[in-house]
This record gives sequence, structure tokens and C-alpha cells, in this order.
Amino acid sequence: MKLDSRIPQGPLAQKWENYKNNQKLVNPSNKRNLDIIVVGTGLAGASAAASFGEMGFKVKNFTIQDSPRRAHSIAAQGGINAAKNYPNDGDSVHRLFYDTVKGGDYRAREANVYRLAQVSNDIIDQCVAQGVPFAREYGGLLDNRSFGGAQVSRTFYAKGQTGQQLLIGAYQSLMRQVNAGTVDLYTRTEIVDIVIVDGKARGVIARNLVTGEFTRHFAHAVVLATGGYGNTFFLSTNAMGSNGSAAIKAFEKGAAFANPCFAQIHPTCIPVHGEFQSKLTLMSESLRNDGRIWVPKKKEDAEAIRANKLKPTDIKEEDRDYYLERRYPAFGNLVPRDVASRAAKERCDAGFGVGSTGLAVYLDFKSSIERLGEETIRARYGNLFQMYDKIVDDNPYETPMMIYPAIHYTMGGIWVDYELQTTVPGLFAAGEANFSDHGANRLGASALMQGLADGYFVLPYTIQNYLADDIRTPRMTGDEKEFVEAETTAKAKFEKILAVKGKRSVDSLHKELGLVMWDFVGMARNKEGLQHAIDRIAEIKKEFWTNVKIPGSTDGMNVELEKASRLTDFITIGDLMARDALQREESCGGHFREEYQTEEGEALRQDDKFAYSACWEYQGQDVAPVMHKEELTFEVVKIAQRNYK
Amino acid sequence: MDNNISLDLKIWRQNDARDKGRFETYHLDAVSPDSSFLEMMDILNEQLINEDKEPIAFDHDCREGICGMCSLYINGRPHGPDDDITTCQLHMRRFKNGETITIEPWRSAGFPVIKDLIVNRSGFDQIIAAGGYTSVSTGGVPDANAIPIPKPDADEAMDAASCIGCGACVAACKNGSAMLFVSAKVSHLALLPQGKVEAARRAKAMVSKMDELGFGNCTNTGACEVECPKGISIANIARLNREYLCAKMQD
Repeated sequence: MKLDSRIPQGPLAQKWENYKNNQKLVNPSNKRNLDIIVVGTGLAGASAAASFGEMGFKVKNFTIQDSPRRAHSIAAQGGINAAKNYPNDGDSVHRLFYDTVKGGDYRAREANVYRLAQVSNDIIDQCVAQGVPFAREYGGLLDNRSFGGAQVSRTFYAKGQTGQQLLIGAYQSLMRQVNAGTVDLYTRTEIVDIVIVDGKARGVIARNLVTGEFTRHFAHAVVLATGGYGNTFFLSTNAMGSNGSAAIKAFEKGAAFANPCFAQIHPTCIPVHGEFQSKLTLMSESLRNDGRIWVPKKKEDAEAIRANKLKPTDIKEEDRDYYLERRYPAFGNLVPRDVASRAAKERCDAGFGVGSTGLAVYLDFKSSIERLGEETIRARYGNLFQMYDKIVDDNPYETPMMIYPAIHYTMGGIWVDYELQTTVPGLFAAGEANFSDHGANRLGASALMQGLADGYFVLPYTIQNYLADDIRTPRMTGDEKEFVEAETTAKAKFEKILAVKGKRSVDSLHKELGLVMWDFVGMARNKEGLQHAIDRIAEIKKEFWTNVKIPGSTDGMNVELEKASRLTDFITIGDLMARDALQREESCGGHFREEYQTEEGEALRQDDKFAYSACWEYQGQDVAPVMHKEELTFEVVKIAQRNYK
Repeated sequence: MDNNISLDLKIWRQNDARDKGRFETYHLDAVSPDSSFLEMMDILNEQLINEDKEPIAFDHDCREGICGMCSLYINGRPHGPDDDITTCQLHMRRFKNGETITIEPWRSAGFPVIKDLIVNRSGFDQIIAAGGYTSVSTGGVPDANAIPIPKPDADEAMDAASCIGCGACVAACKNGSAMLFVSAKVSHLALLPQGKVEAARRAKAMVSKMDELGFGNCTNTGACEVECPKGISIANIARLNREYLCAKMQD
């Protein structure tokens, strides 16, 4: 497998300009004859599809939901980063780039990250022009807030609903193109395979989730913008429908899957409270701007709280351990997510955790309410406080919130080069689905930035560079043997799942997989545990194919069948994650190997051995995948141990 | 847990759009009051699968009240008995032991049933496609701070923009009107200088699409505002009427 990152020549700051100056273009009359399939309608997918449509390409856009607006980008709360430096606090493109590479623990490609920082400002301009109602100051100009991993305020936000507003902006642009006839929208439709003709991605096989019907779709290029694979863990902050199936189809068709073990565990989620639980709810990282995280200093206090004999408000100030402020005075409660998550786990493992399970810490707004008044806090976080109250039945204005880390985002994903093209020509990946920008840990408010950067400002350029060589390729009918074969294979898989007729529901198997992932491929990993996880995942796979039970048939709507098909792909991803975590004998970002830590318990990288992206190549069902390395070179950033102290 | 509750669930079942549909009643024991309403539905489905019965199809996704996918009509109210939330945020502590809960899909001419509790809300997408946007393409836009926007206007636009497109307003309306949904979008964009430019055209196009799709007329009952999980105000409908009237007068 050839891994060519295709980074343009020139100094870092000029690379993107150089690329754009030299890339190939497609003239307007040819654009009409070129088709692009975009899978997914989240920030990356909707922005890409809308932009392609505006440029004059013929676009087919697919979503599993009933409307593009349901994509899980909508749930992002806190904000979107950009290097505007409106607050005049010393921000710049270079600093945003630097913070992102450092925040990612030096496991991302410099050139991609620099471009991301460069286009970040265009995103804000674009969104304002679309009517995104960002928060403003009384003078009418845009307001900023600070976020973890940065010492400047560069985060633009729309209450606690930034993802929603950005997605609606992209969705509206998309619907404008649907109205103009440049984009054909396929809702409640799932991609079940990618079609390769003569080594190039030429289309997809789709399954209509209402009728169960399979259809073939041709395109000159295919873009996957299908999000991350956090739901491998069953319990995560992802939406119930979020899945990694399209990414796994790409993997099985020859696209390298990079750094699967880099998954982000978000520090501020509502703790797990019962076996019936279906998902974990995130409380925005922005809460850490005004909330202080603590556990009791004395073990007996923690025990009393767990036994319901003491309330958090009974613990005196001097008996509270604000452990993030204690350990990381420079960044305090605003350390990056991986650091905050591990610190919470450390305290809970040491016996200082609270809540009925002991797996929770406090996020306390008392001092902010005293300093700023309840009204200010309500204006900033009102909707989040209400959300917490509805779920937990507790009022965060009066008593501290309880939080615990949960799987939230996956930095790993489909390997892409500088053009966001995978190792399969004509197959592109954007947003969370690719692996490109966040290294081993993503900073808060950077996911929205990356999704929109890819869709609005990167792919519209790079896909032209590819399609310019394709203007003589006529449209295919879908009757070619490659399409027919792909459809037959996809159908056969669904039939095979139905034919098992075992005893166990999909959810019960998925929960079993999730527990293995959380226990052995979660916040702290070690060699023995990972080897055990690989064995357990193989057992779960066997159990699935011999004992899964799906009511109904392939005709018509069959939700259990959809879930079962996705679970088979989660099993593949779980195995990949464990293998990747096993080979990476270092700790970096969201990947923490217990064997590799400093005396203070901080992540210990091994730059001499592991400064690479691990790219996995598919070898067939039940055959171990093969790893290839893309070495990372840092020309501008000086590699150092991350220090937030 | 000792405070678990038992429930009888009277649920609408319908095989597909052509089927007539009927209610079926299911009994469920040992439901934790801390579980969410949709988790209760998960438990019921798990029970049905184990009994070799077909599980109940219902729409849901984010389960944190923002995607707008969940859509149940519970005991006669869209999104159930609690205020300002979606079905996925409703928790079983709102129900009593032994209670019978009636669960139906959104019922409205504009939202035909697809299966069981799932309805087709693509009408909302068509209404947005008719004009619910600012006509700007990617790139070539001014700096984000080029046009100052008074904070009260921006805040009001944000309130209108917080609509999640769930359709509870239509389900609550005896006329099946989509006026709250349409007016929220018209308001959101009309309040901002970027959207003001085509406000009149937008109002006309969206209202005419709404009428074409078979949504009913607004008779100002205010039921939509009461049931809206995001507290969208019917003041937006007044603003829509103003924009619409202006547009018609210009014709």
C-alpha cells in the first residue's frame, strides 16, 4: 500500500496558496457532466454537497435520517474556533495551528493542520453571511469565549447550540441547492457498499431504510462524511444512529484506516446510572470556563457522600480538592480533554469519587454564581443547566453537577492525503470520518471547525484537481458488472444476518462489545488487556453470527436489521482499535498505555519510535489487518512533552 | 431498585403507510424511574424481540433534545407531559406505578405515518428548500464583523433559530398548521441584516409551499407555542404575517 501524503512544496504558511495556484480546474460546462456522491449531511457532508452544487457539479447526497438537519453535528454545544483575534489577545493563524498540533500530542500532519487554521476565519465569515446567530457584544460585534487547551479566547458560539446553528446554516445552503436542482437528496437511505471500477471509486450501493430496496448510484467521485465510530462502545455521547459502517466499507474496499485507537474521552458527561442506559449525555466543555471541578479531600467524606449521608454542599471549602487547579495551575480547569478525563479517573480510582457508583466528580458553579450572579450564569449556560436538571432531577444552580468521562469523538478514521483523498482514487473523506487534523487528541471547538473547513474550503478545491482528469469519463448506468456484484454481495450480507435466527438481540450483543471496549480499550489500556480484548471481540463476532436474532425480513422498514448490519462493522472497528492500541507502545493524547507514563502519571510519548500515523490495510474477513506507517515530520513545531502546568 | 414501576402501554401499530393501523397494549414491569422514556421503549422492544414479536418502530437519534428526530404523542401531548423538552428528555419519574400510557405518532395530514410511530416530515425540508436560507454561495462574503448587529436582534434571531424541526407544533395544532415552524425561520432570517434582503420573497415562497403541501391554516389557538419543546414564541407568527403582507402588497 502506497501512502503518499501529497503535501505541496514551499514553506508551511505558503503551501495551501501554492496548491491552489497550481491545481487543475474544471470548466463550468464540464462540471455539469460530472457527478459527485456525498455520504452524510452533517457539517462536512452538507457543506461539501452545498458547495459542489453551487459550483455546478451534479450531486447526490445521502443521509440515514429523515432530514439532513438531524445529523449529529447538531449536538455540538460549545463553539467553533477561528484565529480571528477579534479580542486582541494575541491569537494568530500560527498560534491556532500550534495549539492544535500540541493539543493533538504531536501526532497530526503539520501541513493539514496549518491549512485548517488558515481557513478557520473564512468559516466564520461564511456562517455569518448565512445568518448563523452567533453571540454578540452590545456593540454589535461578535463575542468570543475561551476553551480547553488554549490561552486565548477564539471560540465563537451560539448559546450552547453552536453545532445546531452551524448545521442549520449548512443545511439551508444545501436545501437551496436541492431547490436549484443541483443536489438530489436521499433521506432514510444507507450506503451499504462502495463500488470500485478499474481501481477508482465510481459509486455506491444504497439501501432505502423505508422500503428495504437496494439501489445503485454512479458518480465520478465519492465523498464520505459519515462521522466517527464512538458508538463502538455502545454507550457514548454520539447519537444512537451514528455509525462507522461507511468507513468500514471503504476500509474493506482498500482505503487505509488510520490511528483507530485515537478516541477522545470527554471529561464532562453525565455519569452512567443504570444497565438500561442507552447513551451518555455530554455537558459542554464551555462549562469549565465557570465551573470548578473537585472531589472531597478526605476519603471518609467521599464515602459518606456515596452512602448518601453527606451532600456536596456540606463539604467545607478547605476539605475540597480542586485537583485540576492543584495539578495544572497554568491551565486549571481548562486543561485539554484527555488530561481532564484521566485526572478524573485517577481521583475516582483512588477512592475519592462521588455519586452512588463512586464514578463521578463535581463540577461546581458556586464561586462563579457568587462572582457573576445567577443571571449571568443562566444567560451563558441556561439550556445546559436545564438539560442536566431534566435528566438527573437536580438543580445545578444549588448543588454541583456530577460528571464523568465518556467516549465522545474519534480522531482516528479513514486515512487521507493533503487533498482529503483516501488510498482509493476518487474516494474522499471529510470531517470526523477522516483522521487528518486532530492527532491523538482533539481540542474543544475544533470539530466544527474541521468539518466545515473540509466541506466549504478544502474539498471544493481538491476534488476539482481530481475530476479535471475525469472529464472524458461518461456516466455509467449502474448495470456494469462491478455494480451488480457489489449489490449482490450487500444483499447477501443482510440475508445472512436474517438467516442466523438465534436468540440474542442486537443491543445485547452491542452492549457486550461496549463493555469490553470500555474496560480494555478505554481510558487506560495495557498490553494484557488489549490482547484479551482482541480475543473477546472475536468471541462476540462468533456469537453474533451464530446467535443473533432479527425479527422481520429485508422488505420494508426493519430497524433491528439496520442495527445488526452496523454492529458487524462496529465489531470490525473494535478489533482494529484494540490492535492499534496494542502496537502503539506509548501514551499520547487520548491513547493512554499504563506501561508508559511519567512519575506524575502524565502521558509519556515515545517520539523516536512512534512519531507516525498507523495505517491499517484490510486483508479479508477474519484475517488480521496489516499496518503501514506514515512517518510524521515536524518542520515548524518543536516537539515537547505537553505541559499544562 | 425498589422504586421501579409497572406500566401498561397502549401503542399505535401500523405496518406501513397503506395499513389501517390499530392500538396494541403491552405490559412492562420493573421500569426504573431514572430511565428515559425512550429507554423504556428500548426495554419494551427488547422484551418483544425475546417474545419473537416485532419491535415497535419509533424515530430517535441524539437523545439529548437537539436533533428533533423523536416525535411521540404521549397521553395526548406531543413530547409528553413535561414542558420544554423533547420525548427523549422525558424521564419515567413523571409517571406513576400502574399507569396506562397511550403512545401515538404525530397525527397530521402533513405528516403521513411510515410505520408504527414513525411519520414522514419531509414537508419541512421542502418548505426550507422553498426559501428558508440566505442566497449566498461559499466564499466571497464580507468579514464576519463588517456588519454590526444589535445584540437584542441577534438574541431574538437566536431564539427563533433554536427550532429543531420536530413537528410538535403541527401535531399539536387542530388545523395541522406549520405556521410556527415557518414563522420561526422567517423571523430568524428577517431579524438579521444578512437575511433581511430577501425577507419578503422568503415569506411568500415558504408560505405558499406550506399551503401546497397540505398543512392547515393558523387560527391562533396557541397550542403550538405551548407544546414547542424549544419555547418558540407565537410572536414569530405575527412577524411572519407582517412580512407576508408586505410581500403581497409589493406584488
